[in-house]
Amino acid sequence: MMATEANVNINAEIGEKDGVKAKLRRLCRQNPLAVISAFVIVAVIILAACAPFLTPYREAQQDLLARLQKPSSAHIFGTDELGRDVFTRILYGARVSLVIGIIPPAISLVIGIVLGLAAGFFGGKVDYVIMRLADIMLSFPSLLLTMVLMYTMGRYANSIVCIFAALALAGWASVARVVRSQTLSLKEADYVEAARSIGVGKWKIMFRHILPNCIPSLIVLYTLNVPSCILSESTLSFLGIGVQPPAASWGLMVNQSKQFLFSMPWLALAPSVAIMIIVLAFNFLGDGLRDVLDPYLQTR
Amino acid sequence: MKRVLKRLLSMIPVLLGVMLLIFIMLRIIPGDPVSILLGEHYSQDTIDRLTKAMNLDKPLMQQFFSYVLGVLHGDLGVSYIMKRPVTDIILQAFPHTVKLAVMAALFAWVIGLLTGIVAAVTQNRPPDRIFMTLSLAGVSVPIFMVALALQYFLAFKVKLFPLTSDGSLKSMILPAIALGWNSAGSIARMTRSSLIEVMQSDYIDTARAKGLRRGAVIFGHALKNAMLPVITMMALQLSSMMSGAVITESVFSIPGIGRLATDAVQNRDMPLLQGTILFTTVIVILGNLLADFLYAVLDPRIRREA
Repeated sequence: MMATEANVNINAEIGEKDGVKAKLRRLCRQNPLAVISAFVIVAVIILAACAPFLTPYREAQQDLLARLQKPSSAHIFGTDELGRDVFTRILYGARVSLVIGIIPPAISLVIGIVLGLAAGFFGGKVDYVIMRLADIMLSFPSLLLTMVLMYTMGRYANSIVCIFAALALAGWASVARVVRSQTLSLKEADYVEAARSIGVGKWKIMFRHILPNCIPSLIVLYTLNVPSCILSESTLSFLGIGVQPPAASWGLMVNQSKQFLFSMPWLALAPSVAIMIIVLAFNFLGDGLRDVLDPYLQTR
Repeated sequence: MKRVLKRLLSMIPVLLGVMLLIFIMLRIIPGDPVSILLGEHYSQDTIDRLTKAMNLDKPLMQQFFSYVLGVLHGDLGVSYIMKRPVTDIILQAFPHTVKLAVMAALFAWVIGLLTGIVAAVTQNRPPDRIFMTLSLAGVSVPIFMVALALQYFLAFKVKLFPLTSDGSLKSMILPAIALGWNSAGSIARMTRSSLIEVMQSDYIDTARAKGLRRGAVIFGHALKNAMLPVITMMALQLSSMMSGAVITESVFSIPGIGRLATDAVQNRDMPLLQGTILFTTVIVILGNLLADFLYAVLDPRIRREA
């Protein structure tokens, strides 16, 4: 009850009175590209989930008699150097990209929310320590940070788990910054003061009253973190330090077909275009959502 | 002056934190360095001796302090694989990365600023729409894809440039474009939004009212202020450039810092990885510092506040 009233209050303050439906309608009208992108994403998810039913081949099924074939009706995108069907590997690679794009940003979102709320709400030493830690994380070039984390964990877990953990650990700092700055301004809001005065606990205020007002920017931040995680995974795999064969990952496929770039460019082209499509779709969607949900978040 | 000093001092905890974090992340693996250095078939005796020689039997805190002391003296340890001081290896590779980054930055600035300005003056008309969609596509394309595409079309199909880099200026053009591509996209988007915002301010109306031509208003008045956030962003791009250099250097086989980092991870060469990460991170931190000062120098409003 409190929270909904508070929401209305805040929305009125920043001049946004329309509900979710109206926002969606606005999104469709203003930004058809974002809507198309949402459909593309759903389509890719369905393709990845139904992969075994869409292709007669298995992910790592080799056919050494049919190596490096040109695209044909049997192999839509041709076959690679071990005679594996490229189309099949693209479908299975979508699973890796989607899982890595969706789950690690979610983990870093949770870490970032908790630390950002704590920093903004408690202030003082807690704030100093958490924000310096965030500064430190953000001063590493992102790819190099994930490379170090991969190095450390490489001994203990399989490559996909490592990428998971590395991306989740590398991504929380920017979330924490956004949540902290919003917490700082919301902390002084009248409705929070009111909640405090009737004796609502600190944690309840943080999670029930402040967090809900951060959600629009968090949705945008999450949608924009997804493509950057997908890009990171494919880059790591392209460099040969990400997903390890025989698993299928788009970055790894580009890496393996690099040597045939000049004789059989389509081998590298298919996975590259796949990466581009999914990343573009998430970026367009994130951009569209930002325009609708959070006009204050700065353009990248 | 006091502000400068304060800002410089605020870097110290971050730098120490960076070192500590790298240290913890890379040394958390017990016994790892020795077993890598020796390979598999060595007696426990040899292992113990080497552990002692490398100070790995000391408490972790003491190891960290001797590491920090070494770093302050420019000693980053010895590479396991190349058996040479890491500092030497890095200093040898660094000029290649600098050359690449400077050329990439030039490309990104020229293309990014031009498209950004054109997009801003044609706001919401076709050129703007096209450029902004293209720039979003620019930031969505993986760097290795740009690099491979450039290699395929400009080096293989049309033999304009060499396939891999031999250090000459001409051979660095393709890597520079590949690396600058993403930054060009972000600079264009930033320039556009910043210029559009400035164009709505009062002093621009004044300039127009006194009868200045459109070009003179944009280039003589608006651009100066619109550049402020763009310039800060350019310095912040240093971080993503360092990440990008890892990929570009790998595709075009340039023996730079990024290449060292990839090799270090692949060969599990801990001191080399530690050194390259520390080096690049310090460069990024210095870049951000420079951006802060540059901003203060360029924007008198901020200078007066100080």
